[in-house]
Amino acid sequence: MSSSANPAKDVINFSIDGQAVTAEPGWTILETARHHHIHIPTLCSHPAVTPWGSCRLCVVETRYGKRERVIPSCLNPPVAELEVFTQSERVKNVRRWVLEMLLAECPASREIQKMAAAHGVTATRFTITDPEEECLRCGLCVAVCNEVVGVQALTFGSRGVKKVLETPHRVPNNACIGCGCCVSVCPTGALQKRLDTVRGDLSRRTGHGFAH
Amino acid sequence: MAKLRSVAELESLRAQVLAAPDRPVIRVCLGPGCLAQGADRVSHAFKAAIQERNILAEVQPLIKETGCHGFCSQGTLVNLYPSDLFYVQVKPADVPEIVDQTLRKGKVVERLLYAKNGTRYRSAAEVPFYKLQHKVILKNVGLIDPLNIEDALKAGAYRSLVQALTQKTTDQIIDTVTVAGLRGRGGGGFPTGYKWRKAVENARENPGPVFIVANGDEGDPGAFMDRAIMEGDPHAVLEGMAIGARAMGAEQGYLYVRAEYPFAVRTLNIAIEQARSLGLLGQDILGTGFNFDVQVNRGAGAFVCGEETALLASIEGRVGEPVTRPPYPVEQGLWNRPTVINNVETWANVPHIIDHGAQWYSGVGVPHSTGTKIFSLVGKVKNSGLVEVPMGITLGDIVEEIGGGVPGKERFKAVQTGGPSGGIIPYEFKELPPEDLKLDKIGLQPRGFMHLELKNLPVDFDSLAQAGSIMGSGGMIVMDDRDCVVDVARYFLRFLEEESCGKCLPCRLGLKGMQEFLNHFSQGKGVPADIDALESLGRALVDGSLCGLGRTAPNPVLTSIRYFRDEYLAHIVDHKCPAGVCRDLITYRIDADICNGCTLCAKNCPQACIVGTNKEPHTIDPDACIRCGACMDVCPVDAVVVD
Repeated sequence: MSSSANPAKDVINFSIDGQAVTAEPGWTILETARHHHIHIPTLCSHPAVTPWGSCRLCVVETRYGKRERVIPSCLNPPVAELEVFTQSERVKNVRRWVLEMLLAECPASREIQKMAAAHGVTATRFTITDPEEECLRCGLCVAVCNEVVGVQALTFGSRGVKKVLETPHRVPNNACIGCGCCVSVCPTGALQKRLDTVRGDLSRRTGHGFAH
Repeated sequence: MAKLRSVAELESLRAQVLAAPDRPVIRVCLGPGCLAQGADRVSHAFKAAIQERNILAEVQPLIKETGCHGFCSQGTLVNLYPSDLFYVQVKPADVPEIVDQTLRKGKVVERLLYAKNGTRYRSAAEVPFYKLQHKVILKNVGLIDPLNIEDALKAGAYRSLVQALTQKTTDQIIDTVTVAGLRGRGGGGFPTGYKWRKAVENARENPGPVFIVANGDEGDPGAFMDRAIMEGDPHAVLEGMAIGARAMGAEQGYLYVRAEYPFAVRTLNIAIEQARSLGLLGQDILGTGFNFDVQVNRGAGAFVCGEETALLASIEGRVGEPVTRPPYPVEQGLWNRPTVINNVETWANVPHIIDHGAQWYSGVGVPHSTGTKIFSLVGKVKNSGLVEVPMGITLGDIVEEIGGGVPGKERFKAVQTGGPSGGIIPYEFKELPPEDLKLDKIGLQPRGFMHLELKNLPVDFDSLAQAGSIMGSGGMIVMDDRDCVVDVARYFLRFLEEESCGKCLPCRLGLKGMQEFLNHFSQGKGVPADIDALESLGRALVDGSLCGLGRTAPNPVLTSIRYFRDEYLAHIVDHKCPAGVCRDLITYRIDADICNGCTLCAKNCPQACIVGTNKEPHTIDPDACIRCGACMDVCPVDAVVVD
């Protein structure tokens, strides 16, 4: 999100919450909002990786002509004249429910509790299955390991509600170089506890994967 | 088969096939419903009976194992040509009689004719089930032998492709489809011509290959429209794709078929092989210089791969997870090239549009929803099966006229259209809960009185959307007053939770969360405000989810709350399940006045909790009863009642 080198490029003028804003070509609505110091909550967005759009907390309501939609701001580029609302009822409804469900899904995460409290969600009516859980399967660690580090030591296993973060073939992965990128991008700190299950026991490592 | 090098060679082959001497034909339906009833054994019985009697020279009948005839509840179906007799519920044991009486003596086997209210119907066209139907796509399904391309050519296959190759420019093809008003049959109802036009424009801007895909990943429970087309008339799909390829300049097509359809995969592969050997697929088709080939890709069992972006990911060999649109597949689809993906039924429409013209097509159905639509009519309905009707026909006509209504009941309670993500539409809707719910006691006010006769709802894309449902791919599940909407909504949510890919939080967590609410309701727990909470959670899923699966998943819940709020309140406030389904809220009891003491219930009770002596009324011990309903199923006098 650097400022444009070429000022002659077509900037996009639109509005967020009634405030006139300008986006450089290629920016998403989220990037534009951040540039203009307008807060949109996110968990799965990170500048180092391609947006994945899993947490859906960054949803905003847009109005373009007659068309009103609720869309994730991290994935959608603005168009001229677009009206964006970050605090509409529909937006708040999505955020509150996701946060309330996250309180039950990741009850151990202080970050999620803090974020939920900021949106007025302090209790959950959903069942807590694992009181120790922090991981929300946002996919940031998988993306950073794949796109930035380039070793694909992490992946998702299973599908849907059974989706889990694991290593390929569920064995400690020799490809892991122990760089800690996954830990640093993790929005809840869940990976801190799991790093050892990814890289395994360093003293037992063999093969060319351990060349470094 | 020799490769056809020109249009003239194709027409001479067609003329040759048509000139073949007319022979009597026995068409045995080998659709999924009939197959389950043993249709393959019926077909074998015909072959054996004819061979046994050594009458091949005498009657020379041709036995065709065809695709679905549609009237599944009457399977196995047999159609005879030229007598046009229509036999239903044919068992292998009936076959010798058909051969001896009908084939040899020309007599009708009366007991095998379809009968309703004392009337026996000789031919299929007279049967009420078929009378209101308008068969366009299903015209050849059940008529031709799907494994024989010559039979398809006889019925006119590839005539439209010839027209598209020799008489129409690519723009004219797209214009014809646009003017016809064809909309995507996979659920969304997106204008097909517009989609094609976009793909062509994108390919012009960014030269390179264009791909076309047919979506045959029909995962909705109880839906088999696409299956019937793929198994019954595979060449219609291939021809439609070839015409689309010609219009968009594509050279490669993919047919994505779910793994649970092995017959469809087999039929399509045979059809593709035969079309290739005749030169109707492959390089330089009919000497026109047009190249196009199709490959069948099998799914691996994921419902979500019916979503177009997940399907494309699956073809590319990636994990079948949806990605956000835009970019749409017509911009960046397979291998980042413009890709047109349409449902199998949409592709099967294309040859008919080219053949009969846009005017003819747009004259069928209603404005904005033209043509016909295939529905699989299932559930509590007498005539279950596959029906093709013009768009705009009313819900009541489909269920009551074609479907014959609900067995033993005056009317249906609701119809769920569009598969698991469709809405539940009631017979009628009065937005005033009954007085006995004591509204003021629970702090609710009636919100005004209105009466909607939804049985008269026209079945087209826009009317269904207004009623809160979707056309979907065409599933139609009929419910009667023994179906509990809370339980039905719970069932579909469980299915969708199982099938959610788990990528985005609203869908992965929300489907689980919505089920928690419904589980509470079905146990009689909760407060009326929970219904509003559930509705608001449903709307969060609609707004927040990434793909169509999550965005439409709350439809059964949202519509059932809208139309059946009183039933939800009955669960929560009165702790009763009016339909007698939710186990925690019902008790089984034997009506002593009706019970004849036959002891059948006691013998079948897995808990052994029914006591009584022979010829005396029996009683159920409510504490030991697990409410399985086994006694109700076996009772010959309907003495077991649910409270």
